This record gives sequence, structure tokens and C-alpha cells, in this order.
Amino acid sequence: MIEMREITKSFGDNKVLRGVNLAVQSGEVVVLIGPSGSGKSTMLRLLAQLEHPDSGHIAINGKALADPKQAAQLRGHVGMVFQQFNLFPHLTARRNITLALRKVLGMDAGAADARAHEALDRVGLTEKADAYPIQLSGGQQQRVAIARALAMEPTVMLFDEVTSALDPELVGEVVAVMRDLAQSGMTMLVVTHEMRFAREAADRVVFFDAGVIVEEGPPQEIFAAPRHERTRQFLQSVLAV
Amino acid sequence: MSFSVVTESWPVLLQGLGVTLLLSVLTIMGGTIVGLLVGLARANGPAPLRALARIYIEIFRGTPLLIQLLFVYFGAYSLGFEWSSTLAAAATSLILYEGAYIAEIFRAGIEAVPVAQREAAQVLGLRKSTIFTRVVLPQAMQIARAPLVGQYIGLVKDTSLAIVVGLAELMRQGQAIVDRTAQPLPVYLAVAALYFCICYPMSRFVRHMERKAPVRA
Repeated sequence: MIEMREITKSFGDNKVLRGVNLAVQSGEVVVLIGPSGSGKSTMLRLLAQLEHPDSGHIAINGKALADPKQAAQLRGHVGMVFQQFNLFPHLTARRNITLALRKVLGMDAGAADARAHEALDRVGLTEKADAYPIQLSGGQQQRVAIARALAMEPTVMLFDEVTSALDPELVGEVVAVMRDLAQSGMTMLVVTHEMRFAREAADRVVFFDAGVIVEEGPPQEIFAAPRHERTRQFLQSVLAV
Repeated sequence: MSFSVVTESWPVLLQGLGVTLLLSVLTIMGGTIVGLLVGLARANGPAPLRALARIYIEIFRGTPLLIQLLFVYFGAYSLGFEWSSTLAAAATSLILYEGAYIAEIFRAGIEAVPVAQREAAQVLGLRKSTIFTRVVLPQAMQIARAPLVGQYIGLVKDTSLAIVVGLAELMRQGQAIVDRTAQPLPVYLAVAALYFCICYPMSRFVRHMERKAPVRA
């Protein structure tokens, strides 16, 4: 479903990705872990077309991102949730969701409202439909951001450290929504430091370091018996907390 | 000091106030339209347009309004163009001057909207034009609102310089009364009080807006 082959990407002199290969099946939940600056987030930003690779091939649902025509067909179908939520502060939760439904999918007001209601229901926030982002807690804002992405019925959902900006007591509600989503069969790529989520919800864990994939496998293997020293060290440092 | 001179010439002062208000409103409307267009060109336009906008802003912010008024009014005559009224000349000159400042306010507002907002909108599949009109511009307007009204307050006072082209606005009417009665203190006090009566409510309005809940946490 997702295919990334021999991807390289530099920002100035900084080689962020040095020839990465990753394939994700439909319905698979893949968690990317690794030290900060290892290139995990850049992988997601490439799939969301917020960045473009220096070299290599990326295809989603068989559509190559390098081809403008094929890339245009994916417009709005790759859902992304950000660390800082990035809700539109001047719009209510509902209108954050309906904006793209109407402008990208061309739905009428009634249909868009109904779809927004469904999406808010999935994250348990229907009663906050008319609240502005500033009136919501961080966890609620992030759930609205997830609802906004879900409402577009994306073929894949990308989560970029979505709990990192949250107060510890608000992390749980967001992780719970993600776990539900994983169980519903959504294809997900998740960059996170939540090792519990990785252990419990991931089909596969991919360990990044210095712009390459060091090792990957089912969570029980990676966590119980990492094959590489760097993986072992990283897990030790994050699990020790 | 007697204020009888003020009460006696009150109708003339009110006439001047009327012209000042008219010139202010014309300048606010015209300056805001010019400022919005130039600000957009400066923040989002293609390179040549950005450069033009920049040159316009630098010239009109970098020279005194007094000289600009004289240029627009008398300069037009020497080029064979005749203004239909001094009001038209003064309004044109003030619009060009204030437009340059207002353009920078709008530009700053547009650039203050975080890049992440555009990225979130882009991932949702929104077109560039929709992102600008529905996501960036409403937030930029909110950011620009308080400095914009601040600029309007300065603008009202700037209209007093239109006296140099002979427009019968508040300042000129006051000066005419002084010339006639030789009582500068009460007359100029009254003139200043009338400007204050326009500007103070505007500044209260700015403070009211700033107290209202900010958009961003």
C-alpha cells in the first residue's frame, strides 16, 4: 500500500535520510521509534508531501508521488496529525472538520455536518462541536485534530509525535483513540515515544538511527530481543524512565 | 482667558470638524484597500510585484507627509493636471501615505500566521487560494486588527497637515479664527479637544479588542 524505496533527503549539510526502504501493508500499524533527529518525522512529512525526497521512489496505493498527476489524486487522502495539533484557531471544532469536506470533497453543508458529527463521535467529543480550539484542553484539541483527519476517510493516517506536547495526564485519552483506530483496521504510521502504544498496538516496530533503519520486526521481538546494540541502548534509555 | 471666542466661532469649528471626519473616513477606506492589496503583493506576490510593493512602501514611508502633500497638490499642476477639489488632492496623498504603513501591518499579520497552519491545511488537500482566504487571512486580520486601529488614530491626526494645500479642515478653520481674533490659546485648545474626541474612543476600542480573549493559547 505504501512503498518507499532508497529514499534520501538532506536539509543543507544534514543528511536526514540515507537510503531508506519501507513498505507498509493495508491495515498495518507501523510504529517508528528512534532518537530525535534520526529521520522518523521526515518519513511522515515525505508521505504527506510536505517535503520531497532528494532521490528515491514513493508510492501510495500505487500512485507515485513524483508524478504530479498521480500525486494530485491523493489530495486529502493522506491524513496527518501533528505534535502541535495545528487546529485552525479561528474555527470551531466542527468547522475545522467541515472546511476540507466542503472545499476538497465538495460536500454540501448538511452532509459535511453529519460527517463531522460522526468523526467527533469516534473521538468522543460530539458535545464540543461548537467549541473553539482555545476552549479545549490539549488532549481534546488533539482528538479534534484526529477527527479532522479521519473525516476525510484517508487511506493512511500519519501520527507525528502526537502526544509529545501534552501534559502527562492527557496522553491516555489520545492514545486510547489511536488504539481504537488501530483495531478498526486503519493503516497507520506512528512516530512516538509512547513505548506502551508501540508494544500493544503495533504490528511492526521500526527502529531508526542516523537516517537509516537499523532493525524492524514485531514489537515482542524488538522489545524482548533486539538484535542490534544501538536498538538495545535506545530501548534501555527510553524504558528506564 | 475667555472662551467666548470659541463659542462664537463654534459653527466654523464644527464645519472644519466635518471636513476632517470626511477626509479621515476617505483615507481609512482608501488606505485600507491600498494597504491590503500592497500587503498581499508584498507577502504572497510574485517576485517583481513584491519588489514594486517594496519600493512603494519605502518611498512613501521614507519621506515626510508634508512634502508628499505638496508634491501631489502642486506637482500635479506643473504636470498640467488639475485637481477637482483640494479634498480630492488631500485624500489621494493621505491614502498613498497611510497605505504604505497599512501594507506593512497586513504583511506582518500574514507572516505571523505559523507555517504549520498552512501545512495542516495542505495535508487536508485544500488549494493554495483556499488556504490563503480561509485559513491564513482570517488569522492575519485578527493579528492586524489592533495595530490597524492604532494606525487609524495616527491617520486622523495626520489629516491636519492637509492645511498646507488649503483644505478647510479643522486645523485650518482654527487657524483662520486665530488670525481673525488673535486669541490662539482658547482656539487651539478647542481644536486639540476636538481631535481628542475623535481619537480617544478609537484608542479605547483598541484596548477593548486587546482585552478580548486571544485566538491562540
